[in-house]
Amino acid sequence: MDILQINNVSKSYTNHVALDNVSLTIPEGSIYGLLGPNGAGKTTLIRIINHITAPDSGEVIFDGHPLTQNDIVHIGYLPEERGLYKKMKVGDQAMFFAKLKGLSSKQAMTELKQWFERLEIMDWWNKKVEELSKGMAQKVQFIVTVLHRPKLLIFDEPFSGFDPINADLLTKEILRLNKEFGSTVIFSTHNMESVEALCDDITLINRSHNILSGNVNEIRQAMGKGRYRISFEGAPSQLTETLGDRIMECRFSSEHGLNKAIIRLQPDADRRDVIDIINKSVDLVTFDRALPSMNDIFIQTVEKNNQQQS
Amino acid sequence: MSSKINIIIAREFTERVAKKSFIITTLLMPIIMVAFMAAPALIAAFSTPSERTIAVADKSELIWPALTAEKPEHVSFVKVANADSVITNQKYDAVLEINEDIVSNKKSTVRLYMHDAGSMELESKISSIINDAIESKRLKDYNIENLDVILNDINSNISLQTIRLDESGNGENTSSMLSYLLGIAMAFVLYMFLLMYGQMVMTSIIEEKNNRVLELVVTSIKPMQLMLGKILGVGLVAVTQIVIWGVLTCLMSAFLLPALLPETVSSQVEMFNAGNLDMATATVDTDLIQAISILGSVAYIAKIFAFMLLFLVGGFLFYASIFAAIGSAVDSVQDASQLVSFATIPIIIGLIGGMAVAQDPSGTLGFWLSIIPFTSPMVMLIRIPFEIPAWEIWISVALLYASFIFMAWLAAKIYRIGIFMHGKKPSIKDLYRWSTYK
Repeated sequence: MDILQINNVSKSYTNHVALDNVSLTIPEGSIYGLLGPNGAGKTTLIRIINHITAPDSGEVIFDGHPLTQNDIVHIGYLPEERGLYKKMKVGDQAMFFAKLKGLSSKQAMTELKQWFERLEIMDWWNKKVEELSKGMAQKVQFIVTVLHRPKLLIFDEPFSGFDPINADLLTKEILRLNKEFGSTVIFSTHNMESVEALCDDITLINRSHNILSGNVNEIRQAMGKGRYRISFEGAPSQLTETLGDRIMECRFSSEHGLNKAIIRLQPDADRRDVIDIINKSVDLVTFDRALPSMNDIFIQTVEKNNQQQS
Repeated sequence: MSSKINIIIAREFTERVAKKSFIITTLLMPIIMVAFMAAPALIAAFSTPSERTIAVADKSELIWPALTAEKPEHVSFVKVANADSVITNQKYDAVLEINEDIVSNKKSTVRLYMHDAGSMELESKISSIINDAIESKRLKDYNIENLDVILNDINSNISLQTIRLDESGNGENTSSMLSYLLGIAMAFVLYMFLLMYGQMVMTSIIEEKNNRVLELVVTSIKPMQLMLGKILGVGLVAVTQIVIWGVLTCLMSAFLLPALLPETVSSQVEMFNAGNLDMATATVDTDLIQAISILGSVAYIAKIFAFMLLFLVGGFLFYASIFAAIGSAVDSVQDASQLVSFATIPIIIGLIGGMAVAQDPSGTLGFWLSIIPFTSPMVMLIRIPFEIPAWEIWISVALLYASFIFMAWLAAKIYRIGIFMHGKKPSIKDLYRWSTYK
């Protein structure tokens, strides 16, 4: 079952096209990464999912039916640029947002108390927001985003502004929501390490188009096919000579007196043959599969796409 | 869905009403107003006027008897032979010099030399005594028989009591002076409210946009609902303030006004209200009596406040929509200054136009300015105390509220685009373009 289906969605403003025929599918209960360079159209897509703006064409299917205003109580969205009312007390403010999400005063109060205790910020209840640091305010924003236990959670750069300890705390809470309540989570982020660590699936949007969609591991394996990391003792030139045209790419480096290389084999080359050949020319220490990082994939895919377009 | 608007309204309302500045201005304003009105009376009551001695050099010998006979309070006259001899004498506060030919020569003058600042009241009193004396002397010189009887008989002191008829022919005491002042006062309060509370809506939207709370709020409520909730919430604050002022004014008119008035005035006002005041014998200015009588009528004040509320709410909703659209489009109050004139200039025109209309409340200018929604709230409030036909009021009200709905619809279209626009200072053309987006 898919919690969200985006079918051929387009949206344009006077001077530019924000989204051009974008489609993607987000499985229920998954953790999904929405990636793309700045200005690619991610925020527009998220606003469409949140029913803040309407697409020019295409449809958004939420939980099996076309998305309506009533569905937004099942969505929790933490925008990248977010703030709170400065002069308002933290507790009053949290109550205000909780009620806007459709919680009754009583429900809101019990849920909020739990969350405030969980994140150890109960002392802030009667403080004004202007007295809080940025990170503190972000904890409050996080709480009001997840308080109503939405089926779909969307986080836009959730960890920016957090110290590592709090970022870790938040990650744990997000994973808990995903496990315990089955909430689907969408991360929109430029932090590729966290994508690797957290996301099951991703979509990469570049210049208003969906240029890459799929499971993170499958993508990495597909893009890392025939790519190995080796370390050896011996001359690098010897290695390239003997390998000849069995490899398409070879990058050398050295560390602690050990030579290293990342090599990419020709599609028809056999791995065991290659290991034999290397072993004969140099003293092979390690031979390991080198999966490309999401960071590499991001850069390569986007650059390739940009070249194709121009 | 409408319950979400209520949550927005409740927040806007409680955040503002709980502010110290709101409580202080709401309670203090009427007290300051009353203090201003009562100040002259209080000053008069607590200060004793200084005694003055005036030397009179009456060479004609004709005016002196009249002066001593009608001597004003706190003044004593001393007869001297020659003005020049006492003019530098500090014993006298003033020297009055009357020429010999005062009665016979029409161009003859009277001089009053003063050591200190004069009082207008005293000067006019002296000149009226002298005038009366000369007139009666000249009359006497005609040697008319039974002059005193005739004079007494023709003496007139009429008072104009204005009674305005409504459509059913019922008369009602009015005073044009009071209508004029009341209308202008109400229009001015409205003008202040529209600017103050309109800009409050605008700055609060700019603030929300700037510190990006907005991004968080619109994840749970439609921008249009947020805008309406904000306008209604701030409007409710304005209504609360005006209602408190209305109630305080009614209370003061019912309890404080009678207590402050001197006995002679209040007794005559009572007689006037009962319809048996003889205008000829009234010792207080009849315009004043009428004004006090009207101000003392709680029913009248309540009626006026009800109209004021009607136009205040309509005018506020209409203009707040414009202010909201502007606020959504800009990043700072400074950026707004140019666009904001689209809202402030019509409000100012309304007030100035209204002042012109007050001179001729039934004229064509007044009619049209009180129909056009941009100026109607102020101008209509100026015209209402003059008892204009009811249908004009209701057409104006209907048009104002219909225009609000149109304006709110237009503003919402601009708002939902504007709140996500950052950086560029928009022009009126941009606003138009946004309003045409799907």
